[in-house]
Amino acid sequence: MPAISPLTPIRASDHTAGTHGTALTARNLSVFFGQHQVLKRVSLDIAARAVTAIIGPSGCGKSTFLRALNRMHELTPEARMEGDIRLFGEDIYARHVEPVVVRRRVGMVFQKSNPFPTMSIAENVTVGLRLNGLRDKTTLTERTEQSLRMAALWDEVKDRLHAPAISLSGGQQQRLCIARALAVQPEVLLMDEPASALDPLATSHIEELILELKRNFSIVIVTHNMQQAARISDFTAFFYLGELVEFGPTNKVFMNPEKRQTEDYVTGRFG
Amino acid sequence: MQQTMSQPATNAPRTGAPGADRAFQWLTLLMALSVFALIALIGYELMRGARLSLHHFGWRFLVNSDWDPVNDIYGALPAIFGTLASSVIALLLAVPLGIGTAIYLTELAPLWLRQPLIMFIELLAAVPSVILGFWGMSVLVPWLRTLLFPWLQKLFGFLPLFQGPAGSGFSLLAAGIILAIMIVPIITSVSREILRSVPGLQREAAYALGGTRWEVTRIAVLSYAKKGLFGAVILGLGRALGETMAVMMVIGNSPQIVLKLFAPASTMASVIANEFNETPPAGLYPSALFELGLVLLGVTVVVNIFAQLLLKTFAGPSVKPQP
Amino acid sequence: MTVSNHHWRRFKNGFMQTLTCACAMLVVTPLVLVFYHLLHEGFTSLNWAFFTQLPKAVGETGGGMANAIAGTFILLGQAALVGVPVGVLGGVFLSEYGSSRLNWAIRFAADTLNGVPSITWGIVVYALVVVPMHGPSALAGGIVLGMMMIPLVMRTTEEVLQLVPTGYREAALALGIAKWKMIVRIVVRTALKGIVTGALLALARVAGETAPLLFTAFGNLGWAHSLKEPIAAMPLLIFNYAISPYDDWHRQAWAGAFVLLMLVLAINVGVRFLTRDRYRRNS
Repeated sequence: MPAISPLTPIRASDHTAGTHGTALTARNLSVFFGQHQVLKRVSLDIAARAVTAIIGPSGCGKSTFLRALNRMHELTPEARMEGDIRLFGEDIYARHVEPVVVRRRVGMVFQKSNPFPTMSIAENVTVGLRLNGLRDKTTLTERTEQSLRMAALWDEVKDRLHAPAISLSGGQQQRLCIARALAVQPEVLLMDEPASALDPLATSHIEELILELKRNFSIVIVTHNMQQAARISDFTAFFYLGELVEFGPTNKVFMNPEKRQTEDYVTGRFG
Repeated sequence: MQQTMSQPATNAPRTGAPGADRAFQWLTLLMALSVFALIALIGYELMRGARLSLHHFGWRFLVNSDWDPVNDIYGALPAIFGTLASSVIALLLAVPLGIGTAIYLTELAPLWLRQPLIMFIELLAAVPSVILGFWGMSVLVPWLRTLLFPWLQKLFGFLPLFQGPAGSGFSLLAAGIILAIMIVPIITSVSREILRSVPGLQREAAYALGGTRWEVTRIAVLSYAKKGLFGAVILGLGRALGETMAVMMVIGNSPQIVLKLFAPASTMASVIANEFNETPPAGLYPSALFELGLVLLGVTVVVNIFAQLLLKTFAGPSVKPQP
Repeated sequence: MTVSNHHWRRFKNGFMQTLTCACAMLVVTPLVLVFYHLLHEGFTSLNWAFFTQLPKAVGETGGGMANAIAGTFILLGQAALVGVPVGVLGGVFLSEYGSSRLNWAIRFAADTLNGVPSITWGIVVYALVVVPMHGPSALAGGIVLGMMMIPLVMRTTEEVLQLVPTGYREAALALGIAKWKMIVRIVVRTALKGIVTGALLALARVAGETAPLLFTAFGNLGWAHSLKEPIAAMPLLIFNYAISPYDDWHRQAWAGAFVLLMLVLAINVGVRFLTRDRYRRNS
């Protein structure tokens, strides 16, 4: 465990569920888009091999927080960041660290499934490995099966690995995107409303999958769906207007929140 | 499980090389900047070629109406006159036709007819200049000489513009007609883009007031799109000013300033195309042709920039000059 | 609203509808006429010799433009070598890098360049290439056509790259793929059809150019044995035959014009089929 500032207000690892230590620590994280401050001094620990849900109304900065965790926000012109994020103790914003390397260790799945349309199912799974220089056919084949199995898609596609990825259904496409992210063997998986564009059946597939994946990965999921957060997450963080309002074990945040705003939001009184 | 940033070896065989990223960005930047280099190159080469003539004639080059290779005296005025006159004729013909067609295509035509017509007009834009010129000299010009000119003379013979012998048919008017055919597709397609960008709300509001199709077009669409349509016309003008082959093949190539539709003339582009291969390798003659090129470049670039500004302020970057 | 007013408005509506329709028909007429004459004069003058033989001297009938057909393709090949890489990479910059102000300036310059008269390109490349090489050459012709292609290809490439959804770029970057690889292997790959279309249309556009070749490629009645020699091209030969006083050469010019137009139109129509399902997006 790296040394953490004693000022840390909330620490997931203080609670019982975080038995595997801390994967990511954010300290005093602020993000600006031009003049506009989107995140205000957020400090938060993401437990390893657990699911952390981030909830809050639209525009509260939850997606920005997620994207700061693997430096994806840097793609936005005029984005600026202050504070400190550590991945298993290492500063991911240190000068010598390339964002490319950070992103290999902190993978991401998006709201809209986006398999590459010009590639087959198998090519989509291995694209991260291939474009990072892995050539060995046997390894690639192994990783394809392994990743598709982890994403609970193997049985459905094993007979048509070379079919175009966009021939899959919406839910399958999203699981393919998860397999693609898993293939590069990240330590943390960030998910930005991964099921919001899917039907209920496909959503339940994804949720089961997330519960399965947390045995090996640390997962951070942004969601609009309160029931979903309650069902699948071990910890919940509630963001409002760019600030972290409340953070703790999911049970506590939903059943016995400390702040009035949190209670109003999780009970659906505003949002 | 735990890795370090500097050794993600289990993850990927190779770290991303920031050098390659930097190199690729520089390479693409260099290629993008080539457009500035080309503009500079064009300006520089023309200036270099025209130096002798610029030095010798100064500003008189622009106002001197003698183009006399035998006595080594060169004035650009006849070519400037021919360029402007043929372009004006072309605009007079092409603007009403082009904008009318654009209105028909976006507002009034039956839906089934629109796509075929649009395709036809795009194909017209693709016909090479030399082919149109050949068609002009072997089909259009004889027809003008035998049918249209005598008829026009009978009708408008009292106007000086229509007087003088009908001659060979190779004339300012022939050049204007050929140019009109060449610029009508661009005026049509840019106007069509402009008209299509008129917000649907504008139209619906006018229809809701009980307007007929034409009234809606005139009130809601045309008044809104005026500036953009002007841009389309200027763009067509820019194209007409610089057009070479087709004009050269029907204009008669005579360096004179006669404001008569049936008389031959010459344009800046046609003089260069016609005479450049006959000049000695050095001296005042080729230099004067380079200067003519410089004047032509200046005029077309100014006109094109003007058109671009009109179109860009009208509709943002979505409407762009077509190839 | 009075009845007569109503009639007047209906009449005006019908009148304008007819008038604008007449405009459209009048615009289409020249193309129909050009087609008709090319078919009538050109197609009938076509024969096997046209594609296989060299031009014959004045007075001898027959012959063809095999050298000019080959020359046009050689010139286009060179032009593509110059124009496509520069244009595509420049388009990549406009779409994927740069600041909005710099890119605005580059776009503006490219559009300005598109408006430069073709004869101007001709004398510029004459001064740039022909004078130092002591004579016109196939190389000079290829260079001038290639330069003319650059702004065209750049703008169309940028346009089709912008149609690639941002989600693909983010997905690739989130896998830890370097940006340049993301661009080349994902973005360009996804938009490849559109890029090829743009390049083909630019080629079709310069294939018919004559003015820039007058002083650069110059034309050649026989075969060019190297790129340093003057070379024949279809537009040049059509022009030379067209302004000649001989009927037999006029027939050759018609046939040449027919073939050239078919080539240009085939590319134009062909890419329409290519691009029918051009922007596949996942739904």
